[in-house]
Amino acid sequence: MALAHEIIRQGIDRLHIVMHSGGQALDLLIGAGLVELVEIAYGANGRFASTCTRFRKAAENGSIKVEDYSNYQMTLRFMAGAMGVPFLPTFSSLGTDILERWGFDHELRTQHPSLPKMKLVVTDDPFSSVGGPLVLVPAVNPDVCLLHAQKASAEGTVRVEGLTFADAEQARASRAVIVTCEDVVPDEELRKEPWHNTIPSVLVDAVIHQPYGAHPTACYLHYDYDDRHLLEYDKIAADDLAFKEYLTKYVLSPGSFNDYLGILGNDRLGKLRASPGFGFHRRDVA
Amino acid sequence: MEMMAIAAARRIRDDDIVFCGTGLPLVAAMTAKKTYAPHCTVFFETGSLDPSLPEIPLAVSDPRVIHGASHASGLADAFGFMQNRRFGPRVLGILSGAQIDSYGNLNSTCIGDYRKPTTRLPGSGGACDVASFVGRTMIFMKHEPRRFVKRVDYITSPGWVRGWDSRTSTGLLEGGPETVVTTLGVMRFHEKTKEMFLSEYYEFTNPIEVLSNTDFGIEVSDAQAEPPPTQEELHTLRTEVDPLRLILGNDV
Repeated sequence: MALAHEIIRQGIDRLHIVMHSGGQALDLLIGAGLVELVEIAYGANGRFASTCTRFRKAAENGSIKVEDYSNYQMTLRFMAGAMGVPFLPTFSSLGTDILERWGFDHELRTQHPSLPKMKLVVTDDPFSSVGGPLVLVPAVNPDVCLLHAQKASAEGTVRVEGLTFADAEQARASRAVIVTCEDVVPDEELRKEPWHNTIPSVLVDAVIHQPYGAHPTACYLHYDYDDRHLLEYDKIAADDLAFKEYLTKYVLSPGSFNDYLGILGNDRLGKLRASPGFGFHRRDVA
Repeated sequence: MEMMAIAAARRIRDDDIVFCGTGLPLVAAMTAKKTYAPHCTVFFETGSLDPSLPEIPLAVSDPRVIHGASHASGLADAFGFMQNRRFGPRVLGILSGAQIDSYGNLNSTCIGDYRKPTTRLPGSGGACDVASFVGRTMIFMKHEPRRFVKRVDYITSPGWVRGWDSRTSTGLLEGGPETVVTTLGVMRFHEKTKEMFLSEYYEFTNPIEVLSNTDFGIEVSDAQAEPPPTQEELHTLRTEVDPLRLILGNDV
């Protein structure tokens, strides 16, 4: 989230976003008007947004162009990029419109050399005597991969403690990797148990120490979702003017993510801290 | 909502590996685990397998999905697990969507034209992958005519495709929708034609109501009454699974 805020403050625009599942950060970037193309599997935020509001509005009014894949397909696209092969096969999406309907037409694909020529291609299994169709998904190699992790060293070794999604594949597929982390720890400490590390230092270009860097979403072992903030946001995002005010108050006016956290206050952030022995804040069932 | 969760929980087997999104499907899986299927294994697309779930997670990326799990990995592993023919056929995938047709194809992408949607929906997420890979799927739906349609606006997740053996002939792996648990009852699919029919209705609904809320022709003549929730089922659901009614809401 901290990196999304910084992109918005710097006004880096005409973004081409490639994700498996996007939530709050995606919604802010789109709402700020910085996004042109989105290749994605999912634009929602659990119970807090059944479809991300600014994403939904932008797709409906045509201000962004969307190409739909499935989560596994996006993962395979990053994996192919990471492996240096042009595509990988799967059985997913046979018989569906993910295969049949393209959000990006041939013309758009010609205009943007970073886009694959085709969305998906069906081919026959060349190894089996009975054949049978398979879907080939194209590799993707993003310019920049933005990640938030629990631990990283100044040298760039990264340890994700919790769900890793497609972090490892995304980092390996990208030309540059920028990591924000809850704790900066000595490299020696991470090197004691290298099998627990997610991304090696050679792949990482920048590490930024940013506690609460995923707020208002959750970070395992550190803090929970900020339910109140996300539910308020869901209402705010539905209204253009209220959304602009949100951006000004929480993103553009603060000079940094720490200033944003300052608006929320330590008391409130403290209440989100993960309960001892749990990776999240235990709910009060009184 | 409570009846849907209970009807679904009754249909989860003890040896199932249950793939879950969040919301009502997870409420059903957690209820099954505490009642009829204590040994079923819950797993999430984010790669968390068999977590202890002391509290109900509100998103598949919620830290709660990982607590006490047997294994936590990533998306590549989770979907590979389902595409793999050793495990995939044992997985019961629970899905939902905005629209469904008589063959159980689901739309969770858009209403209207794909490039100019009147309503944009979240998209597949892992739903298409699950529907393409696993042995059986159970689908949760609000039973309304605008949702039970002749043709969905966009096929996000494949069901029985166009019926008969069309699912296999498209090259999809063996599997397909088994049940559709709705606000009005439980639907199944004809063994040969793969067309949806009403299998059970609830004590507060009837076959006529299902007919009038389905926009395609649906067979209801063989439908049976689903037994109402027992005190024990309700107790589990209300006090152990979702005591704060985060998913169930105020709807009884």
